[in-house]
Amino acid sequence: MSIVLSNVTKVYKLGGETVNALAGLTVSISPGEFTAIMGPSGSGKSTLMNILGCLDRPTSGSYQLDNQEVATLNDDQLAITRNQKIGFVFQSFNLLPRMSTLENVALPMVYAGVKKRERILRATKVLTMVGLEDRMNHQPNELSGGQRQRVAIARSLVNDPTIIMADEPTGNLDTKAGDEVMAIFSELNAQGRTIILVTHEPDIAEYAKRVVYVRDGRIERDEWKVR
Amino acid sequence: MFGESIRIALAGLRANKLRAMLTMLGIIIGVGAVIAMVSIGMGVRDKVESSIAGLGSNLLIITPGTASAGGSRQAAGSGITLNAKDAIAIQEVAGVNLVAPAVSRQYQAVFGNQNWTTSVQGTTPDILGVRSYNVQEGAFFTNQDLETRARVAVLGKTVADNLFAGINPVGQTIRINKAPFRVVGVLEGKGESMGGNQDDMIIVPLTTAQERLLGISYVQTINVQATGTDAINQAQEDITTLLRVRHKLPLTTPDDFKVQNMVAVMATADATTGMITLLLGVVAALSLLVGGIGIMNIMLVSVTERTREIGIRKALGAGYYNILLQFLIEAVVISVAGGLLGIVLGILSSYGVSTLAGWKTIISSLAIVIAFGFSVIIGLFFGIYPARKAALLDPIDALRYE
Repeated sequence: MSIVLSNVTKVYKLGGETVNALAGLTVSISPGEFTAIMGPSGSGKSTLMNILGCLDRPTSGSYQLDNQEVATLNDDQLAITRNQKIGFVFQSFNLLPRMSTLENVALPMVYAGVKKRERILRATKVLTMVGLEDRMNHQPNELSGGQRQRVAIARSLVNDPTIIMADEPTGNLDTKAGDEVMAIFSELNAQGRTIILVTHEPDIAEYAKRVVYVRDGRIERDEWKVR
Repeated sequence: MFGESIRIALAGLRANKLRAMLTMLGIIIGVGAVIAMVSIGMGVRDKVESSIAGLGSNLLIITPGTASAGGSRQAAGSGITLNAKDAIAIQEVAGVNLVAPAVSRQYQAVFGNQNWTTSVQGTTPDILGVRSYNVQEGAFFTNQDLETRARVAVLGKTVADNLFAGINPVGQTIRINKAPFRVVGVLEGKGESMGGNQDDMIIVPLTTAQERLLGISYVQTINVQATGTDAINQAQEDITTLLRVRHKLPLTTPDDFKVQNMVAVMATADATTGMITLLLGVVAALSLLVGGIGIMNIMLVSVTERTREIGIRKALGAGYYNILLQFLIEAVVISVAGGLLGIVLGILSSYGVSTLAGWKTIISSLAIVIAFGFSVIIGLFFGIYPARKAALLDPIDALRYE
């Protein structure tokens, strides 16, 4: 099993007040699943996303990613885990300005220590996969929103991660571009990649095969779609 | 990874060219100022040293103490306690190479319709060695001239030029204080030294000056050349002891003469000019420090501005050292580039000072190395705090930063 969270809590201190963002949450996600996480704001879904994405550590409980305990890793080990096993797609794209599309896509490989020639080769390959092979030398501000998000998806794929985490990937896109992006995710899932999607739009969650509803730091519902 | 960090840092600087240049300017001016100031200081030091050295090497100058008339003491050196026999006795002191007693007074020298008022010095042929004079034309007077009180004169370059325009002075007769003197030689020019133009004087035999010009039997100074720098202090002491014995001075009486050690004077002047150089350098180094603070300031701004970029890089797998290196290298690139340009500025401005102001400047390679090394260290020192701040950012907070 690829992702196993058991009894995970996360406690924040906000101005002297303690906030239980996650209150003993248990969930497991198998390889190849397409899971959407839904919930109202303040439900703890962002915290869950951060922990799943190895951007944060749980206060207590255990998080096993590919049979490795993540909760005890230090900052640099977390960075390596993010680099190797997780691809991020953000709502606001988060591409680096003043860098070409190709350089943006190649960036995770820089931190993985991949040689320059191979970086270009692999970045070109994933850009072709998302249909942007003719936009490789453009800067992000020369691309449309949908194209930017496709660059971000290409970047998330380039180190061949176990999981793709998408945080409201269609939030800044119009319906058409959003559908295109979701089609790519479906395609990637069909190829066998695990996709975790955080959204509050039921239409977008429709693309997923499983929807996990989070409320008050716990799983409220866990639905499997039968197609 | 390191090469990659340099590339990322350079790209970061290119994105803000004007800002990087302005920040660099602080270091450029700092390094340039250190190099220029130290080169001016070294120039002054060299000038002072060579002017002291121009008096002669390993020189001791003995002058009489003050004369006392009815309880009123006259100017130093006005005494009449030294004589030629003292000089002969000093010749026997260990560590003494040459001794040249001397007297001098201002007289008007006349040749044809030209006249020139100058210092006429009576001394012995040993003065050639003591003061390292060279005879350019003719010859110096001899010991025989000294014994016979001959009316012969050797001219300094300035005097020769002023009295004899285009004529060879050797063999001509000039009048000093109305008495005729035959010119036997002209000295090579020595230029300015401590105490003015060394070429503006006439040298005549000591005995001639004493008896035919001044009418005195004492000497005004005794110039002594020691055999070497290591012997000069002992010679100074021995001469003092000798003269006290010769002058029959009781233990409680102070010396009626003064022995000046030019090596000691040189050391003092060296220390003084060294201090000036250091002072100039330190003041300039302060501007280098200010430049360093400028780097830190701009790096802190840069880190804040690029918080989101740092967040993205961290999310994509950049570790602590990746981010630290990226920002540290940016700071060091600014300071190294500034240092290199500062070296150019420093060299140019010290050339400028020597051409425009006519001051001697010496560009010291040590100053260049130190100023450059300092600028690199400043880049590291003032870059480490902002870089660390960037590297320690929490990726979640950084990603959320607007």
